Formats: sequence, C-alpha cells, structure tokens
Amino acid sequence: MQYLLTGLTVGAIYALVALGFSIIFNASHVINFAQGEFVMIGGMAAMSLAASGLPYFVAIVLAVAAAALVGLLLEKFAVEPARGASVVTLIIITIGASIFLRGLAMLVWDKNLHAAKPFTGDTPIAFAGATILPQSLWVLGVTLAIVLALSWFFGRTLLGKAMLATSYNPLAAQLVGINVRMVLFASFGLSAALGAIAGILIAPITLTSYDVGVMLGLKGFAAAILGGLGSGVGAVIGGLALGIAETMSAGYISSAYKDAIAFVIILAVLFFLPSGLFGKRGGERV
Amino acid sequence: MPSRLAATRTGGLAAFAAVIALLPLALNNSYFYDIAVLVGLNAIVCVGLNLLIGYAGQISLGHAGFFGLGAYGSAILSSRYGWPPLAAMFTTTAAVAALAFLVGRPILRLRGHYLAMATLGLGVIIFMVISTEDKITGGPDGLSVAPFRIGNLVLQDERVWYWVVGALLLVAVWLAQNLIESPAGRALRALHSSEIGAEVVGIDAARHKVMVFVISAVFASIAGSLAAHYSGFITPGKAAFLHSIELVTMVVFGGMASTFGAVVGAAVLTTLPQLLTVFKDYEMIVFGAVMMGTMIFLPRGVVPSLALLLAPRRHDAGGGEPGV
Amino acid sequence: MKSTQARMSFARRLAAIVASLALYTGVAAAQEPIKIGSFLAITGPAAFLGDPENKTLELYIEKINAAGGVLGRKLKLIAYDSAGDAEKARTFTKRLIDQDKVDVLIGGSSTGETMAAIPLAEAAQMPFISLAGAVVIVEPVKKWVFKTPHTDRMACEKIFVDMQARKMSKIALITGPGGFDKSMRTECLNVAKKHRIEVVADETYGAGDTDMTAQLTKIKNTAGVQAVLNPGFGQGPAIVTKNYRQIGIKLPLYQSHGVASKEFIKLAGSAAEGVRLPAAALLVAESLPASDPQKSVVVNYKREYESRFKSDVSTFGGHAYDGLMMAVEAIKKVGGTDKAKVRNAIEATHGYMGTAGVVNMSPTDHMGLDLTAFRMLEVKGGNWTLVK
Repeated sequence: MQYLLTGLTVGAIYALVALGFSIIFNASHVINFAQGEFVMIGGMAAMSLAASGLPYFVAIVLAVAAAALVGLLLEKFAVEPARGASVVTLIIITIGASIFLRGLAMLVWDKNLHAAKPFTGDTPIAFAGATILPQSLWVLGVTLAIVLALSWFFGRTLLGKAMLATSYNPLAAQLVGINVRMVLFASFGLSAALGAIAGILIAPITLTSYDVGVMLGLKGFAAAILGGLGSGVGAVIGGLALGIAETMSAGYISSAYKDAIAFVIILAVLFFLPSGLFGKRGGERV
Repeated sequence: MPSRLAATRTGGLAAFAAVIALLPLALNNSYFYDIAVLVGLNAIVCVGLNLLIGYAGQISLGHAGFFGLGAYGSAILSSRYGWPPLAAMFTTTAAVAALAFLVGRPILRLRGHYLAMATLGLGVIIFMVISTEDKITGGPDGLSVAPFRIGNLVLQDERVWYWVVGALLLVAVWLAQNLIESPAGRALRALHSSEIGAEVVGIDAARHKVMVFVISAVFASIAGSLAAHYSGFITPGKAAFLHSIELVTMVVFGGMASTFGAVVGAAVLTTLPQLLTVFKDYEMIVFGAVMMGTMIFLPRGVVPSLALLLAPRRHDAGGGEPGV
Repeated sequence: MKSTQARMSFARRLAAIVASLALYTGVAAAQEPIKIGSFLAITGPAAFLGDPENKTLELYIEKINAAGGVLGRKLKLIAYDSAGDAEKARTFTKRLIDQDKVDVLIGGSSTGETMAAIPLAEAAQMPFISLAGAVVIVEPVKKWVFKTPHTDRMACEKIFVDMQARKMSKIALITGPGGFDKSMRTECLNVAKKHRIEVVADETYGAGDTDMTAQLTKIKNTAGVQAVLNPGFGQGPAIVTKNYRQIGIKLPLYQSHGVASKEFIKLAGSAAEGVRLPAAALLVAESLPASDPQKSVVVNYKREYESRFKSDVSTFGGHAYDGLMMAVEAIKKVGGTDKAKVRNAIEATHGYMGTAGVVNMSPTDHMGLDLTAFRMLEVKGGNWTLVK
C-alpha cells in the first residue's frame, strides 16, 4: 500500500510536467526540453520569495507568474524566430534554452539545495497501514483540480478550443481565423505556469535546487510519451503509471534498477502501441 | 553529374586530409593535442550519427549508450581480463553491432518523438547497468584502463594518438561518403523524404533503417573503445543521457546531412567549453545562448547554412540536402 | 688625467647599469607568482563539494598574498570547473600541467575526477593534493598523490565502533547512486565483519529521486534490523531522513560524513533529530573544550569563511584549507617550487593540525589522518553536538 501511495504522489508530479510537454507539443509539434526548468523556476522562486518575507500565498502567485513570463519570453525570442526550422533544430534550441536557464538560476539564486515549507504541516497521515504526507495530498488534489480545469478550458473557452484546433491541423485553424502565433505564445505561457505549479507543490517534499529540472523534465517527457503525445489524459495517466511502476519496481524487484525497469516498461508499451497509450493513431499522409 | 559529385567528394576528402596533416603546426603542447584527439573521437561518432539523423531522418537520443558500451567493453576485457586491446575492441564492436541489430528492428518501427523516447530509454538502461554493476565496471567511480597496445607497441603519447585518430576519422568520413553515394544511401535518402513513398518503389525501409542504425552504433562503439584507452580512465558518464544530447547537438549544429558538418559540429562543441572557461560563473549561460543563437540564425546547421550563404546560385547542391 | 677620470666614471656607470639590470632580473624572477592549479566541481552534482573548496582557496590565497605572499612571491590560483566529470577533470589537468604550467595541483573534488587526473600527475611528476574521499586514491600509495579528507573506510569504522558501543550487530544499508555513496558502501561491507556487524538489508536509490519510502518500507519490514546506515550525499540523505520519520522507523539512523553540514539539518528539518554521523571537529568548533588542540584552527577557519561568504562553513572547504596550508608549508620549507623537493616536504608533514585533524604523513601514508580525526556527532535540538 505504501508503494501505491508513494507511486501516486510521484506520479502526480510527473503527470503535471507531462501535461506541460503535451500542451506545447499540441500547439507546435515541438518538444520543449526546457519544461523541467519551469518546474525548477516555480519551486526556487516561491522558496526565495517566501524566505524574503512575503506571505506564502503571494510568493506562490508571483512565482507562477514569473515562470509564465519566462515561458512567454522563451517562445518570443527563441522559438518564434526559428519557426520554419526542422523539428530537430527546435529541440536543440530548447535544450540550449534549458542550459541557459539553469546557468541563470545558478547566478540568481545559488547552487545549494533548499527546503521549502509544506503547505499544511509535516505530520504524516496514516492510511491503510501506510503513511502519506499532507503535502502529497496537496499534490494529488491540485493535480486533479488542474486536470479538471484544463478540460473545462479546452472544452469551453474560445482560447482553449483554438489551441485544440491548432493541434489537430494548424493550416485549417489558420484558415478559420485562429491566430496560430498567439496560440503558440499562449501555450508556452500555460505550460510554464503548469510546470511552476508542479515545482511549488513538490518543493516541500523533495527539496529544490537549480538543477532539479533535468531529471524531472526527463521523467515528464517519458510520461508524456508513454501516455501518448498530444493527449492530456494520456499525459496524466502516463505520469501516474510511470510513478507507480517506479515505486513498485523499487519495492518488489530491485531498488537499484527501478529507473531502468520503468524505461523497459515504456519500451515494451511502445513496442505494442507505437503511439503510446492514448496517442493519436492517425494515418500518415503520403 | 556523377563525375562532378565524385570530384567534390574526393576534393573534399583531400582537403580534409590536408587540414589534418597541417593542423599540428598550430598545436603547441600536449594540451592542444589532447583537445584535437577528443575532437577527432567525437567527430567519428558524429559522422556515424549524422548518417542516422541527417540522411535517414531518424533520431537517437541514446547513442552515448553505444559509445559507453564500446568504452566499457574494451576496458573490461583488456584491463580486467588481460585481453590484447585490439581483440577486445573487435569483440566489443561485434557485440555492440549485434545488440544494435537486435534492438534496432523493434525500436525503428517507431516514429518521431516516440523513437526519440525509445532510444533515450535504451541509453538510460545501458547507463544504469554500467553504473550499478560496480563489481565489473567499477561503478560511478570509474575504471582505470590500460593503454592501447599492439604487440609491444604502446600507444600513449598524445601526438601519436592524434595521427591514429586523424587517420581513422578520414576512413570514417570516406566510408560515410561512400555509403551516401551508394544505392543503399540513395534508398536512405528516399526513406527520409517519405518512408511510404520509398516502400512503394520497393525499398525495404526496415532493413535499411536497421542497417544505418547498426553502422552508426559501430562508429560510436569504436570511438568509445579508443576513447577509453586514450583517457586511461572511464566513468559511466560516457553513456549518460547528457552525452547523448551533446552528440545530437554536435550533429545538428554542424549541419545534418553533411558529413563535414558533423565534423565541424564536433570540433566546435568540443572546443567551446575550453574557450568558455574564461566566463567562469557565466559559462553555462553563454553556452546555452550560443546554442540557441546559432540554431536560430543558422537553422540548417553551420556548414549547410554557410554553404548556402557562400554559393546562393548553386541550385544543384550535390551531396544531398533532402527536404528536412 | 681627464681620460682616466672619464674612463673611471664610465666604468662606474657601466657597473651601476649592469648591477641594476641584474637586480631587476633577479627581482623580476622573484616576482613570478607561485601557480596553484586546481580543478574542482564548482557546478554540477558535486557542487556542494567544489564550491566551498573553490571559495576557500580564493579566500586564503588572497589573505596570504595580502600578508606578503610566500617567499616574497604572490600566489596565483588557476581554477577550472570540472563539474564532477572525470573526462573534464582529465582535460583540465592536462591544461594546468602543459598550458598553464602550474607548480602544484590541489583539487579533484570527487574520486572519479581525481582518479582520472592521477596518471597525468604521476607522468608529469607534479605534486597533487586531492580533496576526494575514497581510499583507492592513496591505497596503493602513489608517489606524487596525497589527500586531505578522511577516507570512506575510516567513516565506516568510526560508525561501526559507535554501533558496537550501542550493542548493535544487525544493520541495513540504503545507498545513493554516486561514486562516493557506492565506494563507502563497498568499504563498509568490507570492514563489517571485523566489527561484528552484519548487513541484513541492502537498498539503493537513484539520482534525482524524490521519494525513498519504498526502499525504507522494505527495510522496515526486514526482521532483526537494529540500525540503518545511509552512505550518500546531496539531497538523497535529506529525503531519506524525512521519509524515515514519515513512515515511523524508530531505529537509530546513521548518515555519512558526506552530509556533515548545517545544510543537512536545514534540509531534513525536525526529522534530523537523533541522526548520528562521523565528522571533522569543524562542525562543532565552538563547543569543543578549550583544551582541544584542534579548537583554534577550526574556530578561526569557521569565522573567516562565514564572515566572508555569509554561509555555513563546510568540512569540504576545510579539506581545501588543509591542502593549501600543507602545500604552502612545503614550499616555504623547501625555499622554492622545485616539484620533487616540494613533494618530499609534503610527504614529511608531521604534526600539522588542520581542520580535519592532526596530519602525520609518511612514505606509506599519503593521507596522514587517524581515527581520532573523526568525531561522532549527533543532531540535538536542531544542532550538531559531540557524542561523548
């Protein structure tokens, strides 16, 4: 049971990061390798703002806004100028951006690890023979809330529907008057905000530093692929599945190889379902 | 047409050989030779990887895994079991080729980002195995490697290594060029433009993809084996995700579908961190900015973009610039 | 008459010119700085090792220069960031030896980086003081290589001695992914029998892992475990400690000297209460009894570092301090930077009181510390305290 609870917590974090990947991919077919850095910025900014005396809630809002701003700037100055380029080129640009952001974070903050205060305290809650931290409940709860909010956003609001339309067919979307560039711009901001929220949620559990983005970005990417790129539901399920697979492997098989096992599972899934669990199984135009 | 292509090819190769022969005039001490050797080794991997990414249009985010396997295979066989280094290297290369063949078939059925993920996963798995089995591999603290020996001849001096690696790089480039111009190479380029279209005209896509995957893995493995003997010490970092990304960056940066582009990419990205040490704390920022800037302003990579700039009216750019 | 006088004054002038030229070149040669070469993990996963080491070297070289330098010459620090990567360390070491032509090497924050550099230092006959932990650096002894930190084997022995005193014999290990972690685990497994300790559970976690409850649950469910030892550094041990309390394990928890810092207490929070580890006296500098021979050295270093950098002192920075001081002492004793002579002088270091403890090197011992150099510390009331 402990494994399951831990797996869900870890999985929820991966899910949030994976959602960020999915949203940008939907709008632009680009994998933004700097997604992990948004998580880092969220956590670090919230921690340092709170440490400088602001009430925690204000710090959180400002941190998310800061991350969203970074996301928008990234799109404007790094992605947009290279819009005609090949996918691989764009990937390299986002990788360069992630290195840049990490270098910047090192200077703005420092190279140390930092603990952040949990939202509602530290005492573990007992549940069916296992324990879960109150912060983990926050992680799960907020992730659920965000998933619901996003489905409302994509299903009901105009901007959301425009983003969905762009992901299906950018040309057609342009033809019906959707400002595709605006959609791309907004998607970066949205993904960055999501990443930042993920970072803020987990900082109290996992500690934060200038390079937490690397591993989380990688796992988030893996989760997004597992769930099927472009599918929000897939991203969430992929994240949870990855988290649970990892902790189960650690618990029952071998803690040394738990990451390797998780990747083996992903490879196996991709072998049978080449587009991930929920990915678009579209045809390919010749 | 073929004769002009052949002329460009041999001309380019001859010019490259001249560069390799004359470069030592600029290398003052063994530190510079060291960097040159590292560039050469990276270039060998990149030339192979470029065949996969640039010409066949696939992607691999796990190629450092093959490099690492080459390095560790050679190191373990020669240093722990006392095999002659040449035998160790050949055995390791054969093993890596077999692995690439076995794994390649199922993995290459995937496309785009899914393929990227699968290769990434492969690389990570290799890295984890190397890191964890510390009884054989020495774990994260690394492994000392005996110097390269053929009979009684020990290869240790940087200068000697320079010539060895330079020669091997020439061979690698020549092999790559030959492959590209061969029927198999044309099949690959057709694959890149449209896999379905290529199959329609009778090209066995799967077979060709696996072939180029194996070839690029072999290049990486050989380079890894040599690197292990050259450095005298290896750590699992050689197989890590970060190294894979570095390799892909070198290929894309230098110019995909350009063999010399791969060499240029390797050269620039290997020497850049050495030059950037002056920036101390700002090194990461500058490096990231350089990466972004170059890809934004030279999106095809350095060599093809420069080629376009220098010869804007050449519409028949020989050597292949398949629609990326 | 006039010509003799003219000749004499000309000769005098010539002599004066020659003399001043000689003096000038002599002085110019003396002004050549003594180059201290260093490759450290200033960024990257081992930054908490390399960053304080770099700061310490900069701080003390500045102080020494301000006080007149060494033998009338200034010290010059040439430091490169190897970011914990052995390949980078190797290349930078080459650069320091061949391009920058340094006089002595002080560096190698991690074992991997050090091991990569050792063949180069040996081949170039360059005295090299390593700041890394593993015992393989000085065992077997290499002519030109020394080290200042305690070995991981010493840490294991100190911990096992403490466990024996508390009547424990069955323990569990939970180890991190790094070289330091794994090396210490190997050493602990090697010396466990000698101290009558049996390892009944052996778990590991990965880099960047954010939750170890699965592994700890396995340990919790293993019968007979009396204590848990976590060889590791960085964020892993802090998370292990928090998870430990979270799932309610009441057994004593031992950490390694890899987390011997105030940082660790800040990161682990209240979960750190009761955690024990072996560490240099530097951490409890002020609470050492006045009779403790190490007290003045560690108190001074702590004060200097903290007032300059406004952050907690680190035992790793202390290792760099010891390395620098021993190298400087050796150069002073030799009266120059002749590498072979400096090496001999370093090897003859005797009774040097550093932040790590008293150092007595010999041709068979290139580290020079003994078990008294480690103190057993425990976290009480949010602070490090000496265990009597």
